[in-house]
Amino acid sequence: MNDQSPPTREQRVAGLKGLGCSRKRVEDARFTQGKGNYVDDVKLPGMLFGDFVRSPYAHARVNAIRTEEALKVPGVLAVLTAKDLEPLSLHWMPTLAGDKQMVLADGKVLFQGQEVAFVVATDRYAAADGIAAVEVDYEELPVLTDPFEALQSDVVLREDIADQTEGAHGARRHHNHIFLWEEGDEAATNQAIESAEVVAEEMVYYHRTHPCPLETCGCVASMDKVNGKLTVYGTFQAPHVVRTVASLLSGIEEHNIRVISPDIGGGFGNKVGVYPGYVCSIVASIVTGKPVKWIENRMDNLMATAFARDYWMKGKISATRDGKITGLHCHVTADHGAFDACADPTKFPAGFFHICTGSYDIPVAYVGVDGVYTNKAPGGVAYRCSFRVTEAAYFIERMIEVLAIELGMDAAELRAKNFIRADQFPYTSALGWEYDSGDYHTAWDKALKAVDYEGLRREQAERVEAFKRGETRKLLGIGLTHFTEIVGAGPVKNCDILGMGMFDSCEIRVHPTGSAIARLGTISQGQGHATTFAQILASEIGIPADSITIEEGDTDTAPYGLGTYGSRSTPVAGAATAMAGRKIRAKAQMIAAYLLEVHDDDVEFDVDRFVVKGAPERFKTMAEIAYAAYNQAIPGVEPGLEAVSYYDPPNMTYPFGAYICVMEIDVDTGVHEIRQFYALDDCGTRINPMVIEGQVHGGLTEALAIAMGQEIAYDEIGNHKTATFMDFFIPTAWETPTYTTDHTETPSPHHPIGAKGVGESPNVGGVPAFSNAVHDAFRAFGLRQAHMPHDQWRVWKIAHDLGLHG
Amino acid sequence: MIPAAFDYHRPADVASAIALLQEHGDGARALAGGHSLIPMMKLRMASVDHLVDLQDIDELKGIAITGGKVSIGAMTTQNELITNDVLAQAAPILREAALQIADPQVRYVGTIGGNVANGDPGNDMPGLMQCLNATFTLVGPDGSRDVAARDFYEAAYMTEREDEELLTRITFVAPTGGYAYEKQKRKIGDYATAACAVQLSKQGGECATAAIAMTNLSDVPVFSEAAGAALVGTACDAGAVKAAVAAALEEIDPMEDNRGPVDFKRHVAGVIISRAIERAWSRA
Ligand SMILES: Cc1cc2nc3c(=O)[nH]c(=O)nc-3n(C[C@H](O)[C@H](O)[C@H](O)COP(=O)(O)OP(=O)(O)OC[C@H]3O[C@@H](n4cnc5c(N)ncnc54)[C@H](O)[C@@H]3O)c2cc1C
Repeated sequence: MNDQSPPTREQRVAGLKGLGCSRKRVEDARFTQGKGNYVDDVKLPGMLFGDFVRSPYAHARVNAIRTEEALKVPGVLAVLTAKDLEPLSLHWMPTLAGDKQMVLADGKVLFQGQEVAFVVATDRYAAADGIAAVEVDYEELPVLTDPFEALQSDVVLREDIADQTEGAHGARRHHNHIFLWEEGDEAATNQAIESAEVVAEEMVYYHRTHPCPLETCGCVASMDKVNGKLTVYGTFQAPHVVRTVASLLSGIEEHNIRVISPDIGGGFGNKVGVYPGYVCSIVASIVTGKPVKWIENRMDNLMATAFARDYWMKGKISATRDGKITGLHCHVTADHGAFDACADPTKFPAGFFHICTGSYDIPVAYVGVDGVYTNKAPGGVAYRCSFRVTEAAYFIERMIEVLAIELGMDAAELRAKNFIRADQFPYTSALGWEYDSGDYHTAWDKALKAVDYEGLRREQAERVEAFKRGETRKLLGIGLTHFTEIVGAGPVKNCDILGMGMFDSCEIRVHPTGSAIARLGTISQGQGHATTFAQILASEIGIPADSITIEEGDTDTAPYGLGTYGSRSTPVAGAATAMAGRKIRAKAQMIAAYLLEVHDDDVEFDVDRFVVKGAPERFKTMAEIAYAAYNQAIPGVEPGLEAVSYYDPPNMTYPFGAYICVMEIDVDTGVHEIRQFYALDDCGTRINPMVIEGQVHGGLTEALAIAMGQEIAYDEIGNHKTATFMDFFIPTAWETPTYTTDHTETPSPHHPIGAKGVGESPNVGGVPAFSNAVHDAFRAFGLRQAHMPHDQWRVWKIAHDLGLHG
Repeated sequence: MIPAAFDYHRPADVASAIALLQEHGDGARALAGGHSLIPMMKLRMASVDHLVDLQDIDELKGIAITGGKVSIGAMTTQNELITNDVLAQAAPILREAALQIADPQVRYVGTIGGNVANGDPGNDMPGLMQCLNATFTLVGPDGSRDVAARDFYEAAYMTEREDEELLTRITFVAPTGGYAYEKQKRKIGDYATAACAVQLSKQGGECATAAIAMTNLSDVPVFSEAAGAALVGTACDAGAVKAAVAAALEEIDPMEDNRGPVDFKRHVAGVIISRAIERAWSRA
């Protein structure tokens, strides 16, 4: 082809690197060269360092805190205690869940690792020595680590609210009770279950774990006393909300606060909440007039900032003899730790747990969740999932397996029999959600075929026989999961965080020479927003993704948004991006028509230009249009080419997927080996297949960790037992299996580009897939339920309890 | 996780290192690779006022194999144990075991001397050295003495070594026959749930000699003479292996931790020991 010939339409499309292109991540150049800029890289002149004295006890009265020796340590400038914060009313702070939380120990401590005093020093070394020199008189109190026991015990954990019979979410029936939250029709559900031909009942525990981002939480607070401006750099998944909260707490007007989330080294929900470290750094900076940095170490992070899960889910599922599900009942005892600091939309104290009917057409259902205080760290965040969705998916996918056992039926067949059919969408679930779109049977059949499901079952049956004959000590497990998520919170009418509606935003400026910058209210923590949002825009406005800068995280420049968690960035901010792009396009159309001297309606958009209808040789490229927007006086059109959109989604999106895990288990040692893992994801329109694959690999690896070993464990007196990486399982390349990824594509009907979100699907679907594989390996020997994590000794114990050790 | 302040010394020979240990007494500690000691200091579980870094002392380095005798300087890194081909010829069990310690980053820095001197029941080298019947050379203010690895360990972190002594060399006779170091762990970078070193030789279809030692199954490494004896004179058939395992299990005393309860560890120990014996026998 002649070099001078104009590019073909396909070449122009490819040149944009828009939707569907596996564009390389633009972030990676700096991350792979060690040029990222994380909070701990922020170094301001005169910066001080603050760190905490933490409680060694899980429950104790704090009778005295002596700071004299600490203040003598060279470099130590101040030691803040609750007494110092009290005059500012900052010794306690509100939580996202309508509770309040101690910033520094106010008379007692309620979990091991709780913040007791804040030592401010010239550097982190002096702070560490200062911490060692603070003397605290503790008087130990009885410890409650079991939520069931807590609800019976005379021991009062929260003395501050002991007399309150009403909490933020209704009545409290015991001094350690937080709320009972219910959804669905309990009477009808009970009736369906009582009259059913088959009922399966099981307690399913999803253990406490931790999102454990590689970068721990931290911030740098800098109060400029001359101009009255407070700047806070921090590991914030929701910087704008942090600004609003900081303003409300400190009384500093919001325009005088600037919150900046620089590069964030993973969040997974751990960086949504507001922590004592932020408050203390801000106070210390206001007091000293100097910037103050606070950075958690690994143990602090695992012990004190937000955990995830810890749900005891008691389920009953009923069906006809031939396997049609007739009802689902679930009661959860939720261990929230010492303070209710769950990060959920205000009206949903159990998040979206009531998505627990999963992928199935269940006529009637009920969910009740009791929140309980214990002597454990607060949190309860969504660890790489939408609010409590992983718990819900695990619950239903275990109950399906248990029901299959009860029915003596193949679990794949039972699923297929009960899936919501493609023609039922939009589908309203018994617990009130409106599923936007789905085609579960197609995905399921594709998955079963891809792994040769029948062949696997035959092999498994042969293995069981060989095991019984004493020819092998390894069993084969086939872990099935079909999950449905609910992501993209969410419609402002029912979702808010501290009163802020959960919309999101995008602001675009197209520059005169045809490149652009877009700013969003979200913040990437590794998801690759700078790559993928530019692709959405490229397809919408015809400017190459490579010519579009994406910026997030600085509240002085980005439009207000609710941040990144719950797979909401693409469903909400991605939609705002497309909508803002469409505003740009609408204006560009007027400019093009003017330049081409035709009526507005006589031009149409074509990839990267507007062409005169019927005369494609007459066109103006977006670059030409952008230039004209700045250098020509166009009658009736303002100069410039900018747009902003605040998007309030009409509904959530409902990604789904089919995962299958094939696992070998050595019954004598409890050691497992994952032979195959197949993951089919349907996240609607696929913006960047390579980024999707990366997200799926990462999420599956976290799921592997959770299912097979990762946990936050306490002993009976509340000592945290898993606060280092020796005991808290983070898989390395060695433990991580090879994944096969696949997809179907069922667009969301209400999202401007049909995208649904994918970052969290693999965690939601992965955990039950791994766990079901373990259970399935022992199904032939009578196993119904064994709690996670399935680490070696617990797997060994399953075999032992089933009598497989002879 | 920041250690308390300390003074740092870097002597160039053994005598000066010992002088420093003597001078500062209780507050002084030798520093080898630091991969056991420094974490303890960061947790402020070890308080050290004077760190005596051994890395500049040439006498503590190097692997020498002469006349069937292997001599390894205390400051030899675990990575050097893996990459030294002559050693791999003479005592392949060292490479097999070292490859199961921690991860490459730790092995580039962690030393064999630190590993055996540390006295942590989780360390893999002490059991292995007992299996090989190695000798540790200790040098102190009063000169040098040799202690058998099998006599060195008293309790967790308590060894025969006096505070002002340095461990300088490890020597053993190059083993012959089959070998295996079998270790169960939860993940890369973990200490053993149970591990076992076996070195045995075969003559005319029968086991002629056998040495069996175990890691992390008691507060010290466990060398089981009886387990070895149970194999000698047999064809290492199922019955003999069972007897050896039974004898070995008599001598362990595992503790419950996050790796699991005692009954699990005992069971896994049995499996690991028998696998180690079988693999060693298959190589003999
Ligand atoms: C993540 C991680 C995982 C690990 N996993 C394993 C594992 O699976 N198996 C295993 O065996 N080890 C493991 N280790 C420990 C590692 O092998 C250490 O390197 C080793 O235990 C100590 O060797 P070192 O050279 O680092 O000694 P150091 O930490 O420097 O010293 C350890 C102790 O020995 C003393 N000491 C050192 N050298 C001498 C000497 N020449 N004379 C007298 N005293 C001396 C020191 O004073 C100190 O008390 C792990 C470590 C880490 C950090």
